[in-house]
Amino acid sequence: MDVSQYLDIFLDESKEHLQNLNTSVLNLEQDAENPETIGEIFRSAHTLKGMAGTMGFKRMQTLTHDMENVFSEVRDGNLKINAGMIDVLFRCLDALEEYVSIIQETSDEGDNDNEPIIKELNDILASKGSEDAAAKEETAAKPAAAENTAASTSFWSGRELTEEEQKSMEDAMMANKKIYAVTVYVEENCLLKAARAFLVFKAIEENSEIIAADPSTQDIEDEKFDLQFSLIISSEGELEPVLTAIKGVSEIADAKGGLFDADSIGESVDSTETAAPEEKQEEAVTEAVAPVTAPVTIEAPKKAEEKKAPAKTGGEKKSGKPAVGRSVRVDIEKLDSLMNLVSELIIAKNSLVSGATNAGENSGALHDQIEYLESVTTNLHESVMKVRMVPIESVVSKFPRMIRDISKQLNKPMELFMSGEETELDRTVVDEIGDPLMHMLRNSADHGLEMPDVRIARGKPESGSIYLDAYQDGNNVVIEVRDDGNGIDVNAVREKAIERGVMTEEQANNADDSDIINLLFLPSFSTAKKVSDLSGRGVGLDVVKSKIEALSGEVDVKTKLGEGTTFTIRLPLTLAIIQALMVVVGGEKYAIALSGITTIENIEPSEVKTVQSKEVINLRGNVIPLVRLDEVLDIESTRDPASSMVVVIAKKGEKLAGLVVDELIGQQEIVIKSLGKYINKCKFISGATILGDGEIALIIDTNALI
Amino acid sequence: MANELSTNVNTNELTQYIVIKIGDEQYGIDIKYIDNIVRLPQITRVPKVPAHFLGVINLRGEVIPVMSLRIKMGLEADSPNKDTRIIIIKMAQYEAIGMMVDSVKEVVNLSSEMIEAMGNDKREEAAYVRGIGKHDGGLISLLDLELILQEIQ
Repeated sequence: MDVSQYLDIFLDESKEHLQNLNTSVLNLEQDAENPETIGEIFRSAHTLKGMAGTMGFKRMQTLTHDMENVFSEVRDGNLKINAGMIDVLFRCLDALEEYVSIIQETSDEGDNDNEPIIKELNDILASKGSEDAAAKEETAAKPAAAENTAASTSFWSGRELTEEEQKSMEDAMMANKKIYAVTVYVEENCLLKAARAFLVFKAIEENSEIIAADPSTQDIEDEKFDLQFSLIISSEGELEPVLTAIKGVSEIADAKGGLFDADSIGESVDSTETAAPEEKQEEAVTEAVAPVTAPVTIEAPKKAEEKKAPAKTGGEKKSGKPAVGRSVRVDIEKLDSLMNLVSELIIAKNSLVSGATNAGENSGALHDQIEYLESVTTNLHESVMKVRMVPIESVVSKFPRMIRDISKQLNKPMELFMSGEETELDRTVVDEIGDPLMHMLRNSADHGLEMPDVRIARGKPESGSIYLDAYQDGNNVVIEVRDDGNGIDVNAVREKAIERGVMTEEQANNADDSDIINLLFLPSFSTAKKVSDLSGRGVGLDVVKSKIEALSGEVDVKTKLGEGTTFTIRLPLTLAIIQALMVVVGGEKYAIALSGITTIENIEPSEVKTVQSKEVINLRGNVIPLVRLDEVLDIESTRDPASSMVVVIAKKGEKLAGLVVDELIGQQEIVIKSLGKYINKCKFISGATILGDGEIALIIDTNALI
Repeated sequence: MANELSTNVNTNELTQYIVIKIGDEQYGIDIKYIDNIVRLPQITRVPKVPAHFLGVINLRGEVIPVMSLRIKMGLEADSPNKDTRIIIIKMAQYEAIGMMVDSVKEVVNLSSEMIEAMGNDKREEAAYVRGIGKHDGGLISLLDLELILQEIQ
């Protein structure tokens, strides 16, 4: 066994802790005195340090250690948070993030010691008087040591040692090593007990040896233990550092131990001692603490408080945690393969349906069963989809920090307001959506919001506001990025378009504002007057658009000069299986996503009018452009041109279009399959699906036709 | 099959080719790139794609594009009949693709000394041939699949 197999867990958890720290430090900037936030930061930093240490990432451990020291002082009220400190802390978090990303790429932490940051952290510590700190640390350590080494053999479960174990213990004693018994308590909600235990072993083996374990090491590694296990270890040094190392492993609730008394084994077998070790230790602790703290009586009350604080927060954690305890981390690939199987099942179900129809089977029982099967597969599909859904929180939670940094960098006061972080999307979409959102926020912060003097002159509040709102709308998830800044100067874009030769002057003057604004999504079309570090390098909105379209989504802009801009991203809830309307055009079958369809109309050929040489129909007061699918698809319609037309009214945002088809087949649940790289050039075909009879039907992307 | 093949290559330096016919010419395709050979299935046309793409087929639940070697080589379009086959090609770094051929003839073993590099044949259909193999007195043009796939990507 080696530690590398826990690298993924380490990376995942480190990222979580770093995100947590970022959020907390940001909160601290607003509310410097909040003891809960400070406690939270301290805990995260402490866990991070322990994890980095266990995995052998010394540089990362050192940096976290120094950060933790600062918080330890803050928590004890010896240091006050100030703006300079927050900046140092953020730089520290950035450095830690860098370690994590280097580790992710190379499995090694790299060789950047980040000395300047460590120095700054130490300067902060020094600023409040280092002697004081040292003294306190020492006194803090002593009672702790006493606590942990107080009771003796009760830390061993009482199992009698095997001959081999006896022998290795004697050998160790001969070598002048000390023998300790240690009991390790795992947190109640710990998910990977075996992994934690392994990390504990690893931590112990750094400078001591494990002689015996109860349950056996094998059983522990197989997760055959409850919430605690006992060890007998030999070490040349003191027990205290070992216990600290064990406690540094995350999800380890506690570790206690003392000198091991080999003679006691027989006696302690009467299970009272092992059954209630907690109580016994508690007693031992109070006894032990008293004499040590006596000489420093003035410090004593504080100490008591300090002790209480972690205990209390521990309790809180427990009560809030059960929800987490019931979840399981699953590899996304396993979910993908599950989803594929569900897709196959739906195709098979569709085949069964068409098979039964073709066979002219009229048995009621068969139809009942098929209907039952249909409802089961639909529910199964929905369940699998839900499993794959994660809240967008994981991506958006880093944005407040980003906006803060931009605000400082540009010297432009601004604030980010977010809502709907709990909105869920397919995991694959969530993973991809971060970059486009980040780009849009930067865009708003950099180009959208005006400088404070301009804002005041315009009668706006000095500080700019950026909003990120997410919500579910039917089968879509909508994410809006909105700012109350300058808005887009449509005429400036228009001039630019002419200047760049994107449009002729005539075209530009005839085009309406929304067409002009859409030009911003063209590659290399930046209107920023000066290129800044943040955006305006000409890569941007086009990348945003293509990324979102790759996720089968769409992006839309609304803007009002002087008032602000709103970018609206609309993403489908699922990418794999949709409800579709099956239609026939020129004898070929096509599928149209039901979510893009508003109504289906019968239109007489005489109702078709021509406006600017384009065919339109007037539907209940709306003038809707007509798209003849047979022409678009390069095929001959088989319908009598004189008969009334079947028109599928599709919508994209607020725009409508009428798609003329030959025939309707009906609604069907279809599994979307990619057409592959070779033939994806056709813009309005978004994929293919396999029908019940094995035939392939292409899926028409109505968005590309409107 | 792959194992068997590699032992062949190692011991005898023989490479197995599937011999296909397009018009009167024989072409060889390295067997290690062939995933499957299927009879003509129903092909669904895809609009607005280059002429050498015939459409997509359903291969055991997978949607696979099909191209015409004839059209790619500048020959007359295919006239599918009972001998027509689709050869499913899978090459690393490329997605699976089906190639329509007039017929599949046999499997041959060619050693390196039986293969000659291409002369300066300027015909369009010769552009995708990377060597000529001699077998049973006949000539087999060995197709450069990589070049074809690169071009159509």
